[in-house]
Amino acid sequence: MEEKKNYTVSVYTENNIGILNRLSAIFLKRHINIESMTVSESEIENVHRFTFVVIVTETLIRKVVLQLEKQIEVIGAFFHTEEEIIYHETALFKISSEHLYDENIQNKLKFRRAHIIAITERYFVIEASGLKEDIDNMYQKLKPYGLMQFVRSGRIAISRPRMAISDVLAP
Amino acid sequence: METLKKEVQEINTIKSVKMSGAEAVIRCLLEEGSTLAYGYPGGAIMPVYDELYKYREQFHHVLSRHEQGAIHSAQGFARVTGKVGVVFATSGPGATNLVTGIADAQIDSTPLICITGQVGSHLLGSDAFQETDIIGISTPVTKWNYQITKASEIPAVFAKAFYIAKSGRPGPVLIDITKDAQFGELDFSYNKCVKVRSYKAIPTLNIEKVKEAAVLINAAKKPLIVFGQGVILGSAENEFKNFMEKTGIPSACTGLGLSALETDHPLHVGMVGMHGNYAPNVLTNQCDVLIAIGMRFDDRVTGNLNTYAKQAKIIHFEIDPSEVDKNVKTDVAVLGTVKESLVEVMQFVNKGNHSEWMKEFHKLYEIEKEVVINDQLNPTKEGLTMSEVLAGINKETKGEAVIVSDVGQHQMIAWRYAKFTKTRSNITSGGLGTMGFALPAAIGAKMGVPDREVIAIIGDGGYQMTIQELGTILQTKAAVKIVVLNNSFLGMVRQWQELFFDRRYASTVMTNPDFVKIAEGYSIEANRVSKREDLADAIKKMTDSKEAYFLEVVIEPESNVFPMIPTGASVSDIRLT
Repeated sequence: MEEKKNYTVSVYTENNIGILNRLSAIFLKRHINIESMTVSESEIENVHRFTFVVIVTETLIRKVVLQLEKQIEVIGAFFHTEEEIIYHETALFKISSEHLYDENIQNKLKFRRAHIIAITERYFVIEASGLKEDIDNMYQKLKPYGLMQFVRSGRIAISRPRMAISDVLAP
Repeated sequence: METLKKEVQEINTIKSVKMSGAEAVIRCLLEEGSTLAYGYPGGAIMPVYDELYKYREQFHHVLSRHEQGAIHSAQGFARVTGKVGVVFATSGPGATNLVTGIADAQIDSTPLICITGQVGSHLLGSDAFQETDIIGISTPVTKWNYQITKASEIPAVFAKAFYIAKSGRPGPVLIDITKDAQFGELDFSYNKCVKVRSYKAIPTLNIEKVKEAAVLINAAKKPLIVFGQGVILGSAENEFKNFMEKTGIPSACTGLGLSALETDHPLHVGMVGMHGNYAPNVLTNQCDVLIAIGMRFDDRVTGNLNTYAKQAKIIHFEIDPSEVDKNVKTDVAVLGTVKESLVEVMQFVNKGNHSEWMKEFHKLYEIEKEVVINDQLNPTKEGLTMSEVLAGINKETKGEAVIVSDVGQHQMIAWRYAKFTKTRSNITSGGLGTMGFALPAAIGAKMGVPDREVIAIIGDGGYQMTIQELGTILQTKAAVKIVVLNNSFLGMVRQWQELFFDRRYASTVMTNPDFVKIAEGYSIEANRVSKREDLADAIKKMTDSKEAYFLEVVIEPESNVFPMIPTGASVSDIRLT
């Protein structure tokens, strides 16, 4: 059995209605769960960038990326392993103010790239960013204090190798 | 200078005319050379139908009896002509009734434009009467789809839709138009689409890959070509034949590749696949180079992938990059149109002769003939076989007819026994296996090539799935010949029940109506035969008829289609009995 890995799939598309449906349909028909997804603008004007994270074999991701790229409004689709990208996730934790001066919490915040971004009478909000594991860690540490809310972003990733997207768009 | 500017201005005024969105829809179709559509009216598409009425001298609309019938007719038309088939339907149920045909066209690469009406844009998403999210529903089964909410979008969207539907690997496109966009006004002018920046219709041919392929082909001792519908879709029949004849390589077709090469060509070694011929299936696992041309290694072709042509080097001539290595790992993939690739490869391949290797095919054919074919064509049993009917049709039509088959045993028999002398003559639902396809598809095919004989071969099950299209024949007088091979069973499912489910015939026995009376109710001349001695005359009477004709042939109820590769078995383990 071929090993399953985390793959980050970057899809550059036209900025039109319905593309998300078209892309997710490809994952759906192959029965692949999407671990995380982010949509944003890209470095090219009017071109959108989808970043998906999926756990599949290399054989499968190759086929999926070709099927994504086949969609008319997809300009280019690429896949990368964890080693080939620099990536980042962000999470927000809403915690009751009674724990604000808890020394343990203060110590936990010493973890890199975590800080308090809002304080009110009833609650405070911690923002943490980093790798998926960093946020998983932070979640485990803060969970005992009773999370009033927790949310995390999808992965955003920059590839180390070049993605030849502008070549496709050249007239 | 001033005069010239004026002139340009004037030309522009002529080009740009104010009209309604609904009228623009018809004008776009006319601009694309399309003058025939199939469809069914309803509330949300009425403005377009009103324009169809006004344009009735220039544009012909065929009223089907169900939207599924309309789209299969458009498919039949597209498959037989190579042109884009056009379908109209209203919103809601009209649109959803198209879905089976859209999925069928997607998997069999048929160019279609489906135009659906939609509720007014102010009602979108409000669960209005006959509102359905057809864009969402059709997304996974269309090559492209788009919802028009402003009349001004119509010309550019239609131009793009036609370009996408017919370029590269063809496929269905759906355009959903809100009612207010049909009523709205626009300044109409039309420019054909020649490029969509995010879409590469045809991959750039890599000449190095062509050379690599040629090296393998020249070195091969036991090569085998498997050709598919890509040869037909790419109008590469001649280029393919030149390549095959120069290299002298035995060539087998897929189901959809049938008729790309005349059946009787000495290098044509039959059909591969689940119910294909014995020789090409067995020898797939003995060849040293397998040259796949415009085909996609469907599971019905390959059987078990783990034992498929493992000994062979695989060359894949293909237009769609996502098909390469999808099912079978290739050694050399030549991406591009089949036509261009084969023209290029001709410079590098040597003249070849594989007569020793060809003998292997002949030897195995003799076995298939003795065990299967002879008994099918000259049965010892009393009941008629489907194969006899096909042989009788071959005799009358000399292989010049368009054979439209439905789905099931009769389809496999039609693929196996029909003789073809002309391309685009095997119209069938291959990838999706849509029962009910043949009757409406035959109507479309007949309208596409009115001078050719079009014969629909249908089982008693599939016939009743779209039997309402007899009404379309009544109204349009389409001279379709309908042959129902009636074994009073859902034959293919029954065959599987017999072979793999210990003869538990769950829901496969059919109590059928009097098909002759039904045809007569639609004023279609009809006949039924059940005796061997009456068959030839009955077929002749049918083919002699200048009008639509219905022939029911009562078939031996429990007969099976062989050879057969059981699911999960290897192509070389194909069973003869």
